[in-house]
Amino acid sequence: MNAPLRRVGVVVMILFGLLFANLNWIQAYKADEYRNSDYNGRVQVAEYERKRGNIEAGGTALATSKETGGKLRFQRTYPGGEKYAHVLGYKPVNLADTGIEKIENDFLAGTSDQLIANRVKDMFTGDETGGGNVLLTLSKRAQETAYKQLTDNQVGATKGAAIAIDPRTGAVQALVSMPSFDPNPLASHDTTVAETAYNKLDKDPAGPLKNRALSETLPPGSTFKIVVAAAALESGITKTTQIPAGSSYTPPTSGQPIRNAAPSICPEPQVSLIEAVTESCNTGFAQLGVKLGADKIKEKARQFGFEQEDLTVGQLGEGGFGVAASRTGDMAAPGGATDPAALAQSSIGQRDVRMTPLEGALIAGSVANHGKQMRPYLVKQLLAPDRTTSYYTAKDRELRQPISDPVANDLRDMMVSVVENGTGRKAAIDGYTVGGKTGTAQSGPGTPDHGWFIGFAIDKNGNAVSAVCVELEQAGSGGSAEAARIAGRIMQAAIADSGGR
Amino acid sequence: MTAAAVPAASPASTGEQPGVRLARSRRNAELSLLLLAMVLVAAYAATVEANVLDTVTPDFWMPAAALGLVFLGLHLVIRWLAPFADPALLPAVALLNGIGVGFLRRYDLAKAAPADRETLAIFAGTGGRQLAWTLGAVILAAGLLALMRDHRSLSRYAYTLGLAGIVLVMIPAVLPARFSEINNAKLWIRIGGFSIQPGEFAKLALLAFFAYYLVRKREVLSLASRRVLGIDFPRGRDLGPVLVVWMISLLVLVFEKDLGTSLLYFGMFVVTLYIATERVSWLLIGLTLFFGGAYLAYVLGSTVGGPFLNFYDRAQIWLDPFAEPYDRGYQLVQGLLTLGTGGLFGAGPGGGQPTLLPEVQTDFIFAGIGEEIGLFGLSALLVVYLLIVERGLRAALAVRDSFGKLLAGGLAFTLALQVFVIVGGISKLIPLTGQTTPFLSAGGSSLMANWLLIAILLRVSDGARRPVTGGGGPAARPAGAPPEQLHGAPTEVIRP
Repeated sequence: MNAPLRRVGVVVMILFGLLFANLNWIQAYKADEYRNSDYNGRVQVAEYERKRGNIEAGGTALATSKETGGKLRFQRTYPGGEKYAHVLGYKPVNLADTGIEKIENDFLAGTSDQLIANRVKDMFTGDETGGGNVLLTLSKRAQETAYKQLTDNQVGATKGAAIAIDPRTGAVQALVSMPSFDPNPLASHDTTVAETAYNKLDKDPAGPLKNRALSETLPPGSTFKIVVAAAALESGITKTTQIPAGSSYTPPTSGQPIRNAAPSICPEPQVSLIEAVTESCNTGFAQLGVKLGADKIKEKARQFGFEQEDLTVGQLGEGGFGVAASRTGDMAAPGGATDPAALAQSSIGQRDVRMTPLEGALIAGSVANHGKQMRPYLVKQLLAPDRTTSYYTAKDRELRQPISDPVANDLRDMMVSVVENGTGRKAAIDGYTVGGKTGTAQSGPGTPDHGWFIGFAIDKNGNAVSAVCVELEQAGSGGSAEAARIAGRIMQAAIADSGGR
Repeated sequence: MTAAAVPAASPASTGEQPGVRLARSRRNAELSLLLLAMVLVAAYAATVEANVLDTVTPDFWMPAAALGLVFLGLHLVIRWLAPFADPALLPAVALLNGIGVGFLRRYDLAKAAPADRETLAIFAGTGGRQLAWTLGAVILAAGLLALMRDHRSLSRYAYTLGLAGIVLVMIPAVLPARFSEINNAKLWIRIGGFSIQPGEFAKLALLAFFAYYLVRKREVLSLASRRVLGIDFPRGRDLGPVLVVWMISLLVLVFEKDLGTSLLYFGMFVVTLYIATERVSWLLIGLTLFFGGAYLAYVLGSTVGGPFLNFYDRAQIWLDPFAEPYDRGYQLVQGLLTLGTGGLFGAGPGGGQPTLLPEVQTDFIFAGIGEEIGLFGLSALLVVYLLIVERGLRAALAVRDSFGKLLAGGLAFTLALQVFVIVGGISKLIPLTGQTTPFLSAGGSSLMANWLLIAILLRVSDGARRPVTGGGGPAARPAGAPPEQLHGAPTEVIRP
């Protein structure tokens, strides 16, 4: 019986050898992967050991860390609550982080390569200096006005978005998505509280977690007429050229007539282009679009930024929020042939045309800025933990030039006419030249229309100081006028903030 | 005692007896190794306090000293009752037990609020309870050494033990879930706030019975066979007991939802059968039956569900624990992350975060310790286990009677298998099943049963190393003497 006993001894050695080999696999080969795994709670404990840097705008801390005395040493709080939620995002314990908290996570957490000198210094001095600070481009006044005006809108819309940018630089002045949410419970150290809050928001049919200003597209309605007008101006039409209009227009291949929003709008057979824009003449633009052809309109839209899938808003050219691509759609019959009915509807921003609020603001901005579109960004500066060294300061970059300066001038005159004489009167600001374009888009059968306004403000010296887009989802009647009013208030706040600084 | 149970005169077992001529008791070596083990345990406790409290309290040595006193008592009992027992067993087990108590105390510290840590009573919490259990277990082990002066006397109660073993296995399966189920496994008998795991004791009783039964039947099991494809297969009627044990293991697997215990019983039986018969065919049949059964349970679990679903779930978790990292795979994922965080050298005793790992005081204690002592420390612990097992096998090799060989060999292998099942389970080598880690996990049943196992190994090794010509104990009977009742003995078959 001793021979099998010895063999059992060998079997035991093999079993223990397997255990030993497997432990080597886990504790040596896979150790780094497991140590830094997202599921590893220790990673977070270590992360919360260092004070995370602030996110600030205009000298006010919007996200800051407070000492707790608990196992996770620092608690993230957002004093602005719902007002800044979609820009800041949140940094939760167990869930995925979002927004600037995610985009600038390495710098805020102090683990960024840029901060290596600070960490080395800490090693010698024994200090704990924490993470770096992120300064945003947001104007506190514009942002808070946008949030307040949007949530208190007078047409009872529950969903919408507003975004304002500085046309000369691309710096985002305000970015609000409605409905918003309070990021504070999501950052709770009690993971049950955080998860309950998250599940509630995630399941909410209104989609409070969505960033409607950047990632949601809707039919832009008449605001798209600016793109068509730009294409028309480039093909020889001037702002005084008479174009066919009328109270009703039926495209050749369709039984569906296109009408104007009211019988009083351009009932005459011909109107000038500037009048067509001012009154938002649907029949005029439908016929203009059919005359120009789908290719010209699509090309112009593309030059304004439609179809771009890789635009990000954060640091300039360094990643950030992904922006949904705005689309013109096919404008063609299912076979691919030119379809005048589709083209006519697309020319007034219906059919398959979809636009993000950001794209609306970029269009208005390039009109105001002599035809140049600046790359939008949110991060103005990265400051060292001790606030003495700046690791990054935004330098404006031109994104593209969709239109020439003369074309931009003509468009500007037409848009100013909209605010001075036409549908966008409520956007006017004392002492500034304000231009814009309203839009009312059908959202679908049986649901109220979306209200849009894109616009800009120019100061006495001819400098474009703000470009804005406000969108009120399913706002119904009066939606675009309310959007124009809100847009005016936001730009006014942005102007006041930059003047006061 | 029937002569059949003591085929000490068989030529096969008297062939080699390593260490027999070693007449030194080596008790002083045991004492010094034991002291070394307790110094290590005290050093562990001091490091824990230094890391958790940033200071070492004046009382840090007390658990180690208390344990030392308990083990010293057992050492004295061994000096008196089993003077020739293996000197490495007690210190090795004492080291594991001490590290277990130390880690549980460390876990208590981690659970307590930071303000209360420094004043946490030294004999309170899981660590204190484990210390009390250790005292009980060591008293039990000493009692067994006192009662059982010769391991062969155990064979007298073989059938009683076999029946008791089966009953102990069955009780939790038969009892209503509220008396027997903890964490979805029906392995317990719960009375009031008190629960025992009868399976831990059943394995000892069943093994004693196997050893006795197989020693009686070994000739017929090993020789009456048919040769197919170069492998000797036993006759159908001799397969009976194997099939019975196989059925019992499957019942445990399905109704008590415990693959680990099932694997333990079956492995234990097949290996004792192999040792007794020296036939590889038994190993092949056993492995085929077990893996066939496990595969069948897996297939049934995926199609029929019902009682097989638990096993199917566990297999799924094992195949990809990261598929549901916060749900079914949570425990295993956290175990792996804990081990990985430990890395090569670990965070140091007290430097880890055991509270992040569920069940760290029981099933996952090896991972929890691994976070703090790293791969090197865990390898050392594995070597200590290996030392205990190999010492047990050595006792089996050296002892002169077949029953003792089977008993010690089977027990040593069972201990090895249990370590393999649980350590392999938490490190994703095999599907995870709830098993205690011998001598480390919190819990009285496991500690007592495993100390009883060690007591039996001590007794067998004492019998093995005791000088053949010495007087006194029953084990010292002349080994070459013929059995007293020659007419009752089965025919000895002379094998080539």
